[in-house]
Amino acid sequence: MANTEDDKTLPAEPSRPQEGAGGGHGQLVRGDLSFHDITEMVSRHTEKKAPLAWYIAFAASLSGALLLLALLAYVVWNGIGVWGNNQPVGWGWPIVNFVFWVGIGHAGTLISAILFLFRQHWRTAINRAAEAMTLFAVVCALIWPTFHVGRVWVIYWTLPIPNQMEMWPQFKSPLLWDVFAVSSYFIVSLVFWYVGLVPDLATLRDRAENFWRKRILGFFSLGWTGANRHWRNYEKAYLLLAGLATPLVLSVHSVVSFDFAVSVLPGWHTTIFPPYFVAGAIFSGFAMVVTLMVITREVYGLKNVITIDHLEKMNIIILVTGTIVGFAYITEFFMAWYSGVEYEQYAFINRAFGPYAWAYWIMMTCNLITPQLFWSKKLRRSIPVMFVLSIFVNIGMWFERFVITITSLHRDFLPSSWGYFEPTWVDIGTLVGSFGLFFTLFLLFLRFVPMVAMAEVKGIMPQADPHHYDGGDGRAAGNGHAEGDGEPYIRPAKVASLEQPDTDEGEA
Amino acid sequence: MLRTLIQEVKASMGIYESDADQVYGLLAEFPNPGVLLDAAEATRKEGYRHFDAHSPFPIHGMDDAMGLGNAVGVGVSTFFGGLTGFATACLLQWWTGAVDYPLNISGKPFFAVEPSVPIMFELTVLFAGFGAVAGMLALNGLPRPYNPLFYSDRFEGVTDDRFFLHVAASDEQFDAEETAKMLRNLGAVHIELVQDDGLADS
Repeated sequence: MANTEDDKTLPAEPSRPQEGAGGGHGQLVRGDLSFHDITEMVSRHTEKKAPLAWYIAFAASLSGALLLLALLAYVVWNGIGVWGNNQPVGWGWPIVNFVFWVGIGHAGTLISAILFLFRQHWRTAINRAAEAMTLFAVVCALIWPTFHVGRVWVIYWTLPIPNQMEMWPQFKSPLLWDVFAVSSYFIVSLVFWYVGLVPDLATLRDRAENFWRKRILGFFSLGWTGANRHWRNYEKAYLLLAGLATPLVLSVHSVVSFDFAVSVLPGWHTTIFPPYFVAGAIFSGFAMVVTLMVITREVYGLKNVITIDHLEKMNIIILVTGTIVGFAYITEFFMAWYSGVEYEQYAFINRAFGPYAWAYWIMMTCNLITPQLFWSKKLRRSIPVMFVLSIFVNIGMWFERFVITITSLHRDFLPSSWGYFEPTWVDIGTLVGSFGLFFTLFLLFLRFVPMVAMAEVKGIMPQADPHHYDGGDGRAAGNGHAEGDGEPYIRPAKVASLEQPDTDEGEA
Repeated sequence: MLRTLIQEVKASMGIYESDADQVYGLLAEFPNPGVLLDAAEATRKEGYRHFDAHSPFPIHGMDDAMGLGNAVGVGVSTFFGGLTGFATACLLQWWTGAVDYPLNISGKPFFAVEPSVPIMFELTVLFAGFGAVAGMLALNGLPRPYNPLFYSDRFEGVTDDRFFLHVAASDEQFDAEETAKMLRNLGAVHIELVQDDGLADS
């Protein structure tokens, strides 16, 4: 280890030549910011009044959330027949929306866990917001199966809780695996997010002026003091959580795809589903992160922390996963033809050229074709282009789930029951409302929680590396609080003037 | 004997006892992570054991400088958490499906490994996650709402951009004057004596 060199145990020599202080080239954080600047840039948004744009957005989102609440009450009161679901399309928009939202909820934990394991330091600027987005997307996702069961008041039958029938959940069913997969994912993501938040909540606690604010933040920050003995276990726990969340994030959408793949239905019964669903989930999740980050960095002035390089890297991931998804669409088609099974072939030809061809080609265009624009460096670094494309991706991904669910069901084994599925106004209203709920939660997060992981961003700055100061006089690029610049480094001890607590701020 | 053991365990969590004069320790501020790292290493080489570095972010190399090894404890609790989850999943699916209420579903076995794998996996990961966090909190002695270091106004900057070395009064070598002298020689720019008088209105 470098820090065991003999000369390091003694204070560095003041006469040694000094390196350029704070010189960072090609750094993840732009604009030559100090640690305190990072704290300030992020924390102040939770402390001061929110910008006007926040209130406007919050009013709009909250209206959507209230619409969702009202319509769900309507659905419970009247039964799920008010949605467009029918026979044979028993899984209508509710399941389309469920898969759509769960998919979006993959990016956060992917960014936090997988990119952490790969030591991709650029994740630190966006992981907090992406994880929050994940949690809110999973909340939105859980609404759909919960209400789609029809009798929402007995939803606890899906959990292994003793009930009056003395029956247990049916553990051989993929739908039950889904209950466990999505709820485990939600809990682990929440824990992971909270553990990451603790040091930043301590920052807010130490800045708090208000009595109650200090107490509440003191409660949630668990008495964090940034002690190295704590950081040591904390980092280990964070690493292990990342290691655990990595297979988990890949498993969630695999299990969701089992809901389809384990059934015996042409168009669903394919082994390609798990990897194809996971790639699609990452694709849509990253697109949602890009959409949100483009707005957030603009409104909150975080362009030096969430830089264009970060967005470009996410766009590259969108390009890669979008191409994987497109490849999967084509592979599915090939396998249908190659299988020689007439019904399988019909299901796919019907998708591409039947009554839902319009949905199929929207999906193809938005998921496979438009992301290819990101091959161009200029386009993937252009804010307007990426904003529009990221929205296209999520339109395309919603239609992917629509195509998979609806087209496979609407022409079942009995041609007399064939029909054209149409959504009702309740379908449309609840989908719009779920966006309202999602944005309401995200806006509350922006308002009350540090939206960038401050401790992590500080940790990747060049000044955070202890060897950044090697060769300097040891105080060349300090935190700005170190008094006595220009004085000799080794100062004679003045034991007599040993300070008592709460005596002074500075010293002579 | 037992008392010493408890003291040492608490010290490993960063919880130290005040001495007879209600002195909790010395809190020295350093200008940057580099100096703090060197100071921590020198403090250890001087023979101190009850001390800790406080910083807004984990400092690379600090565990070695302070003479702390790999954090094995968290790994152990994670492992046993995962084991508990796996056992829970196996017992749950086997007992509910094959013992308590066997139901014939399309002639499939009442219990088999293959359809049980997803739940086994999910619960293993879930409980391992609980184990990691519970182990981390337990080994860190968190949550700890009361900490005498909070009496220091300067210490509020530790979560912002200040770097501190805290040498606890419970250390055998601790001597307010001698330790302060050493810290000053190591490049501390500000030294405070933290007292734990048990009064919240510092």
